[in-house]
Amino acid sequence: MTETTPVLKDRLPIPFNTSPEPFTLVAQGAESLLYKTTFLSPSQPAALKVRPVKKWRHPTLDKRLTRARILAEARVLVKLSGEGIATGSGGRKVKDPKKGDVGAGGMRGMVPAVLGLDWEQGWLVTDWIEGGTVKEAIYRASRSRAGTGVPGVGDDEARVEELTQLLRKMGEVVGKLHACGVVHGDLTTSNMMLRPHATQARSTSTSEGSLDGDLVLIDFGLATQSVSEEDRAVDLYVLERAFGSTHPREEDLFACVLEAYAQGEGSGMKGKAGKTVLRKLEDVRMRGRKKSMVG
Amino acid sequence: MPIAIGLEGSANKLGVGIILHPPHDTSDPPSPHDSAHSDDEAFPSRSKPHTSPPVQILANLRHTFVSPPGTGFLPKDTAAHHRRWVVRLVRQAMRQAKVRLEDIDCICYTKGPGMGAPLGSVAIAARLLSQLWDKPLVGVNHCVGHIEMGRAITGAENPVVLYVSGGNTQVIAYSAQRYRIFGEALDIAVGNCLDRFARFLNISNDPAPGYNIEQLAKTGSVLLELPYPVKGMDVSFSGILARVEEMAEKLEASNGSWLDPETNCPITKSDLCFTLQETVFAMLVEITERAMAHVGAAQVLIVGGVGCNERLQQMMGMMAQERGGSVYATDERFCIDNGIMIAHAGLLAHKMGFETRLEESTFTQRFRTDEVLVNWRD
Repeated sequence: MTETTPVLKDRLPIPFNTSPEPFTLVAQGAESLLYKTTFLSPSQPAALKVRPVKKWRHPTLDKRLTRARILAEARVLVKLSGEGIATGSGGRKVKDPKKGDVGAGGMRGMVPAVLGLDWEQGWLVTDWIEGGTVKEAIYRASRSRAGTGVPGVGDDEARVEELTQLLRKMGEVVGKLHACGVVHGDLTTSNMMLRPHATQARSTSTSEGSLDGDLVLIDFGLATQSVSEEDRAVDLYVLERAFGSTHPREEDLFACVLEAYAQGEGSGMKGKAGKTVLRKLEDVRMRGRKKSMVG
Repeated sequence: MPIAIGLEGSANKLGVGIILHPPHDTSDPPSPHDSAHSDDEAFPSRSKPHTSPPVQILANLRHTFVSPPGTGFLPKDTAAHHRRWVVRLVRQAMRQAKVRLEDIDCICYTKGPGMGAPLGSVAIAARLLSQLWDKPLVGVNHCVGHIEMGRAITGAENPVVLYVSGGNTQVIAYSAQRYRIFGEALDIAVGNCLDRFARFLNISNDPAPGYNIEQLAKTGSVLLELPYPVKGMDVSFSGILARVEEMAEKLEASNGSWLDPETNCPITKSDLCFTLQETVFAMLVEITERAMAHVGAAQVLIVGGVGCNERLQQMMGMMAQERGGSVYATDERFCIDNGIMIAHAGLLAHKMGFETRLEESTFTQRFRTDEVLVNWRD
């Protein structure tokens, strides 16, 4: 994924076009360009997300959307890392985070911490999340599942088990997110990172095909603060559909996500709240299905 | 040589088309890889695989039921329209194609999705032809028809497809022998939103409400604020419709006294059309771009009636260019519902051995794009 092509700095927004840090383009999403760089200190790895002007969009609309999205994303992230949506592997709550502390490296959240932004120039800097996306991890697992052939039946079962664990983790994290009063708006397996555990990271950079690690949600560009069941259900629906189309072979396992969501391990959507959302999800699905009515 | 006749009538257009697939058994564009499962970002523009022999369109006729301004097309009237025209259109198509009855391999018809009554009229016509001529029937999914025709005409190999019409709004990508829906409208279709807005403003339905909105929008310049409901790769249009209808009421009541705060010019009908188009098309381009980023595709194909809109094509083209890709679109002959696409998709399936037996030759209002096994692609 990580390429070493030098980035043309004059394409970067102010002030990055004149700053000395190295920039590596890691991803070109739909909305934004993601660079790996450092922020303020060379020892602070950071993700710079630039929302370039979309020339195809009316300039007024473009400005409005860029501003709204950068601000919304930052507000949500600050709220989440402050409220402690979950940190580390145990999902402990963060106790009153000190202002300057956020993302200083000591806090390990399930969301990146905000380091800086400028909505006029269209950029947002957060701390850097190590590891790969859940999408890649599932592809890897899927490939080795297919590749095991006849003798590795037990191995295959272990794979499914591991995959199930990962899916449960997804459900839990989304549950926690919703319990914090935030809906993500664009839940896909590309927007979930699997960060190797601290010890793991030291030794070898994630053993090939491992599904282990902390799940970190990224790209809150479409996130909104909401506690409405409708919004939560739509959030799950978006994930369900993205999952089904990205991982058709694993689609049958998706139920684990919803199950874990409603069980609300840690501080998620426990009990009635979770069940209500799942019921609402059925309505949303029906509505989506209805779209096949008229040609 | 495989020849098929296709009958389409899922909405207010009745279409009859006759297609010929040239004999080499590669008549559909090969798709070298499955985008949703490829990790490689760079889309290799593959050594142009022996550009498959183009399909031959022997006839492509259409007759549209146009309702008066301020009204939509009702299922009952539309079905009656189709019944009235289907025989004439089939006759004319056969004459134009100059094919003999024995050359025809199968009779393809739209099984769904669409409006019940019009679908029914056309299904009955197809059954009748099947028995009269003793030819097998092939029931076709309307959406798959659009996609396959778009691919055949433009030569796009494995594009992300934006399917936008009066009844459907879907972002589709091919993966593992299915056209998978990545995003869609959660409530009303984009074309429905445009049509109903046109009805509200009493804009003519001839030739199509969307076309007239497009012409009006060309003289509009003020962008008013509308909701922008994008949820991941899904969108929603009913809130926008409600808001823009409120604006239309305000415009009517203001009698020219509603001024644009920046220029002090009065807001016009054209500005409303402009605002509506700019907003909904931006949403569509955005979700398409998101799907392209998600599956790592660089090509995009626009199909469906709204796909004729030149502003939408232009916006999509700029987006694709920014991503180093290209946009493929067809003109009104293939974008708007037509019989040839049904013939084409039906013939692709028929060559794989697919047939719809008479007793199964039903139609259905609900028929999802991803229900169809696309076994003619690898």
